[in-house]
Amino acid sequence: MAARKSTAKSNVSAEELLGFYKDMLLIRRFEEKAGQLYGMGLIGGFCHLYIGQEAVVVGLEATAKEGDKRITTYRDHGHMLACGMDPKGVMAELTGREGGLSKGKGGSMHMFSKEKHFYGGHGIVGANVPLGAGLAFSDMYKGNDNVTFTYFGDGAANQGQVYETYNMAMLWNLPVIFVIENNKYAMGTSVQRATKSPSLWERGAAYGIKGEEVDGMDVLAVKAAGEKAVAHCRAGKGPYILEIMTYRYRGHSMSDPAKYRTRDEVQKVRSERDAIEHVRDLLLQGKHATEDDLKEIDKEIKAVVNEAAEFSKESPEPALEELWTDIYA
Amino acid sequence: MATEVLMPALSPTMEEGTLAKWLVKEGDTVSSGDILAEIETDKATMEFEAVDEGVIGKILIEAGTEGVKVNTPIAILVEEGEEVPAEGAKAESAPAPAALNGEEGKVAAPATAAPAPDAPKPDTSPDWPEGTEMKTQTVREALRDAMAEEMRRADEVFVMGEEVAEYQGAYKITQGLLDEFGARRVIDTPITEHGFAGIGVGAAFGGLRPIVEFMTFNFAMQAIDQIINSAAKTLYMSGGQMGCPIVFRGPNGAAARVAAQHSQCYAAWYSHIPGLKVAMPYSAADAKGLLKTAIRDPNPVIFLENEILYGRSFEVPDLDDFTVPFGKAKTWREGSDVTIVSFGIGMNYALEAAERLAGDGIEAEVIDLRTIRPMDTDAILASVMKTNRLVTVEEGFPQSSVGNYITSVVMEQAFDYLDAPVINLCGKDVPMPYAANLEKLALVTTDEVVEAVRKVTYR
Repeated sequence: MAARKSTAKSNVSAEELLGFYKDMLLIRRFEEKAGQLYGMGLIGGFCHLYIGQEAVVVGLEATAKEGDKRITTYRDHGHMLACGMDPKGVMAELTGREGGLSKGKGGSMHMFSKEKHFYGGHGIVGANVPLGAGLAFSDMYKGNDNVTFTYFGDGAANQGQVYETYNMAMLWNLPVIFVIENNKYAMGTSVQRATKSPSLWERGAAYGIKGEEVDGMDVLAVKAAGEKAVAHCRAGKGPYILEIMTYRYRGHSMSDPAKYRTRDEVQKVRSERDAIEHVRDLLLQGKHATEDDLKEIDKEIKAVVNEAAEFSKESPEPALEELWTDIYA
Repeated sequence: MATEVLMPALSPTMEEGTLAKWLVKEGDTVSSGDILAEIETDKATMEFEAVDEGVIGKILIEAGTEGVKVNTPIAILVEEGEEVPAEGAKAESAPAPAALNGEEGKVAAPATAAPAPDAPKPDTSPDWPEGTEMKTQTVREALRDAMAEEMRRADEVFVMGEEVAEYQGAYKITQGLLDEFGARRVIDTPITEHGFAGIGVGAAFGGLRPIVEFMTFNFAMQAIDQIINSAAKTLYMSGGQMGCPIVFRGPNGAAARVAAQHSQCYAAWYSHIPGLKVAMPYSAADAKGLLKTAIRDPNPVIFLENEILYGRSFEVPDLDDFTVPFGKAKTWREGSDVTIVSFGIGMNYALEAAERLAGDGIEAEVIDLRTIRPMDTDAILASVMKTNRLVTVEEGFPQSSVGNYITSVVMEQAFDYLDAPVINLCGKDVPMPYAANLEKLALVTTDEVVEAVRKVTYR
């Protein structure tokens, strides 16, 4: 198959391209392993996998600098890995163990890292959007030039508090990038069955917020759009909206049989538009890497993921006293 | 190397399922993502995908088998050209899940019903040193001073809410703050409680100390998800990493003639939530001292004020930095015949009733909780062990009231000391009516407190 052309002009280096490949592959392999551990009963409750959407967070993380913040919804494993949180700690949180990033008390949907400026991991659809604007407010108040990436889905985009937040973000010129990860389905309801709006990013216009639609299966296009949005925010011009068109290959959560779309629809995206395959083709065709190099990378990543899985099984369950800690600071 | 494919758990509650259909047969080559089988769970029919690549060496569970337990081997996957291991030889199986349940929950349980051997010794130290100069202030002025002092003390403290800046506060609590601190720190919001409560919580995560004013707590119901799910629970969900130092404040409870949607007490609602602290001052001194403590607290604090009390004057200690600790009740009046516990505007009725009862020779001990969570239950228990009788007074609705909780604590820890059933006086179990006569009837009254005390003292 010929390599898909990137829709974005970018003089990306071979090194950066390889970095994208590794970061996206880590997320995919990690999520596949999480699905496996769920099947084995090691992970309980809800577990929302990011498989298919990897280019969104990897492309945007490439535009962040130290101090920038990020906050997202419950489909959060990919975001945590992309900002450098330890796969072992993430996986052990999924299995509810002491070595998890929240000591086993948060689970798949609720993880945080102050060190990496990752502010969760939130389980209520839409609620993280004002929180993200609040984080941006704290940076504006302190007078630095940090930005906050606030991720949410096409489903959350219909929540009222998103528009309350748009209004105040523009009113107060907050340095927040609203990232709508449009994966076409809010659980089982397609975007077309939830709204008559032709596009979600254009709703920002009602508040004077600029934005654009981005090809989320092309990591270079995501990065290029991210750079534009970040520059806008850092220049003190207020919020920016990126509606990133992406696709999740798995169900909404592990218990979703995904009967609302055809197998062919999923296969078509997988075989024609997969973000990882895209970068793989660019690497091979640009002679930045050989098949053997990529096999080696696959092996390395498999090892990292297996190590995380082993850690998540061996780490003990939290001590019973933990029930009563961390309620008050 | 051969690996066993195990029956997967495909929902949070699945323990077994039906292997409805195989979509592969022995000898088929599969790769990651291929559908192997359809499995019926308790909820739906799910497609089961391969996670590894290989060849289906052997199918162990036939299609149509019901009641297949999770983690039962259902097939063996081998590598290209590899033999299926002989019957009995153990294929490499993905490790069985470790025991998910620890030893059965033997954790520190809350105190159970054993009679307290000794009366607890509550902290009864005075709130300010003897001889401190006092000044007369309204609750309104005390609240404003508390905010101004804390804003002078720390740049991270700021106020946001509807009409807090240019209008000088819908109830004039933030009067003068804009002039002193400027628009960066005194911020008018649009009418958008859900949104600005969330922005406040996010700002607290980001290291600031917001004071979010609700024009009344009735409007905070639009924001209650952010208060409870985002502010109160994040410290726990993050394993102690990320706290939320924020104060939500504003008038709470009935004012006068504003009817059902503007007249509700939320003390019981918020005090239900682990992770929140709830203060509800009565006097101006407590309003000031508690609000300063609330602003310095690293946790989310619900600060419930009362419109009717805003204009009431009290003596306030004239100190540079006066604070009142949370979880320390104040005994306004000592007595040996009955304990009356209240908070906020309920204290008004409790104190009036005590005065009248004293005229008839009944000495009531009147305790102001000041904070509902943490609650100074030691002060209540010590008093009840002395008076053997208890009446609670609040304006909120009766079912699941703060008084109900106090009663359960006293039952469990001081049952043998009670000489009469506890009476919980509350607002009536009706939405607040508008008509003046009905409104009066809906609220708790001094007469009712007097009557309740007579009942529990049999006098």
